[in-house]
Amino acid sequence: MSKTNIDNTAVEEFVCEAPNNQVKKESLASNLKYLIVGTIFGIVFVKAEIISWFRIQEMFRLQSFHMYGVIGTAVVVGLTSVQLIKRFNIKTLAGETVSIPNKTFDKGQIYGGLIFGLGWAITGACPGPLFAQIGSGFLAISITFASAVVGTWLYGAFQNKLPH
Amino acid sequence: MIELIKQPWHWAVAGILIGLTVPTLLLLGNKIFGISSSLRHICAACFPADIKYFMYNWKKEAWNLFFVVGVLLGGIIASQFLSNPNEFVVNENTVKDLKVLGVTDFSAMMPSDIFSVENIFTLKGLIFFVIGGLMVGFGTRYAGGCTSGHAIMGLSNLQLPSLIATISFMVGGFAMTHLIMPFIFKLF
Repeated sequence: MSKTNIDNTAVEEFVCEAPNNQVKKESLASNLKYLIVGTIFGIVFVKAEIISWFRIQEMFRLQSFHMYGVIGTAVVVGLTSVQLIKRFNIKTLAGETVSIPNKTFDKGQIYGGLIFGLGWAITGACPGPLFAQIGSGFLAISITFASAVVGTWLYGAFQNKLPH
Repeated sequence: MIELIKQPWHWAVAGILIGLTVPTLLLLGNKIFGISSSLRHICAACFPADIKYFMYNWKKEAWNLFFVVGVLLGGIIASQFLSNPNEFVVNENTVKDLKVLGVTDFSAMMPSDIFSVENIFTLKGLIFFVIGGLMVGFGTRYAGGCTSGHAIMGLSNLQLPSLIATISFMVGGFAMTHLIMPFIFKLF
């Protein structure tokens, strides 16, 4: 087969931070798997009280080990799993090699991180718990959620003007 | 068994289950754990407004939207069928500190002094819902991830940028709690 000329400059590569790296196409229904994983995840958020504004306050006031325990344990388990997957080259259900993109440093991780941290302490929620809080019946949080969507949109609109 | 599940879960149980989400998503379909990206997909799907950042095939990333709808469902299931029958407990020092600021309700996971529907159109609502939410959405995207994408997924993959982001999240949170929040509560 002859090589085709592709004009790479015309194609802007899309970088998603939490991408779908599966090569094989998936049906819409196959996404139900992730709905189930998300449901279990949401139950954990509520039952371990991670959705509580008080737990976040305890964390930032260094008055409880709970949140540090949750995040620390999660990182240890995640790290071990990722290392095992890499070491033994464990394949996905579709038989593909697991690929995790490396993150590249830019100043956004500092500026954006600080802004998110300020918001995290006010709202008592990172994006995950936002969904679980609304599900738990704290309906006022739907305003927080809508504002977070607007905040995301504003970042997209002003991305080029921000220092990175 | 169901009685045990209804009790608040230990941090180790939660940590293990959250940690296992990382390999579960990877092995189910090469999906990289990260929740704040769902907010971007919502923008891309609903109001891309010709902004380059939102011009991509969000349908390929639809798994993330299914995931967060699941989180919402999990919240409904846990609160409807698995709710803790006992009193909600907050650390006594935290109670003391927050009482000084003016928080009076410690009976539920979110204090009704702040997080009630009646507060939506008040100054409290503007700060805790609108401004807080804007900072969460803007900040996570600017940082390229949130607690799940950076602190859990990124650290699990030994990414230095994720460590820098995680430290920044914590610094921001400490600054808000100790330096800014006392002034915010003086407004009410």
